[in-house]
Amino acid sequence: MARIMVITSGKGGVGKTTTSAALAMGLAQRGRRTVVIDFDVGLRNLDLIMGCERRVVYDFVNVINQEANLNQALIRDKRCDNLYVLPASQTRDKDALTKEGVGRVLEELSGGFDFIVCDSPAGIEHGATMAMYYADDAVVVTNPEVSSVRDSDRMLGILASKSRRAESNLEPIREFLLLTRYDAERVEKGEMLSVEDVQEILSLDLIGVIPESKSVLSASNSGIPVVLDRESIAGQAYADTVARYLGEDVPHRFLEVEKRGFLRRFFRG
Amino acid sequence: MGLLDYFRSSRPKGSASVAKERLQILVAHDRTQRGQPSYLPRLQQEILEVIRKYVEVDMSAVSVKYEQEDSHEVLELNIVLPETAAADAKI
Repeated sequence: MARIMVITSGKGGVGKTTTSAALAMGLAQRGRRTVVIDFDVGLRNLDLIMGCERRVVYDFVNVINQEANLNQALIRDKRCDNLYVLPASQTRDKDALTKEGVGRVLEELSGGFDFIVCDSPAGIEHGATMAMYYADDAVVVTNPEVSSVRDSDRMLGILASKSRRAESNLEPIREFLLLTRYDAERVEKGEMLSVEDVQEILSLDLIGVIPESKSVLSASNSGIPVVLDRESIAGQAYADTVARYLGEDVPHRFLEVEKRGFLRRFFRG
Repeated sequence: MGLLDYFRSSRPKGSASVAKERLQILVAHDRTQRGQPSYLPRLQQEILEVIRKYVEVDMSAVSVKYEQEDSHEVLELNIVLPETAAADAKI
């Protein structure tokens, strides 16, 4: 049985797709059979971030409507054998994702995979609620910024009431906080909410802090999940996050301003 | 941090603390609304209309509080009647 993980946030542009791609790749690299599904029907982008946009033939909605089977629609990642991508459809019909259809596809995937990563669209509309409905775990992606924190809290309320686990009185979804675009320097100056601030407001388990990093844009420019960039601090932070998700006790890094030498500080590094 | 900043130790406090304060208030408020049945505002409106048939009270005179505990829910209505009628009536 696969574990189903939803990557959600409420607010758009906080890094859900980047996170979905990075965590899925990270899990696959650690030998877990993983599939990542794009739930953003009409605005698919996961394929682009994963670098497989030219290999899309069939999509999630085709599988739901039984116009194609899973084997035809799943795209195997060229860098990692354990990883598959199920792209979203570009149809404008927002109700294409039915609860039964999604449930059936997840059920079928569940037999062949260890982890199913669901990349949720922004907002609290149909696509977002479908992405979270069957989840066992939720990673709430949040930027240290007021609107993102508020939306995340709103999302937590929805996770607690409108999921399969909530509706059938099962053990609730495990919820984790992933703070992205964290700028330790601005936090030190008091210009940005700190990890502790956000944790205090949302009272969630912290699974990772991804520092603001130029490598995230260059990774998406070239269609390579940032976790593959071992030089990048964002990539390393994602790798740590995967390890923590798998139960390892890894200390959080990149929370403090990098100590700079006297000369660099003197000449404004 | 440039050379000048190095000596300027008494920097004004950043805006992060303001953000935190605003969020704490907002999130606390949002959470009280969460899980409330969607019919609550309509219920409040209708109760008010019934009361107005008999006594002249205004909109703000009725407060509806909804609380959820483990096994039961409490719906509390508090109606403030004008001075001429009885003081506080609790239903």
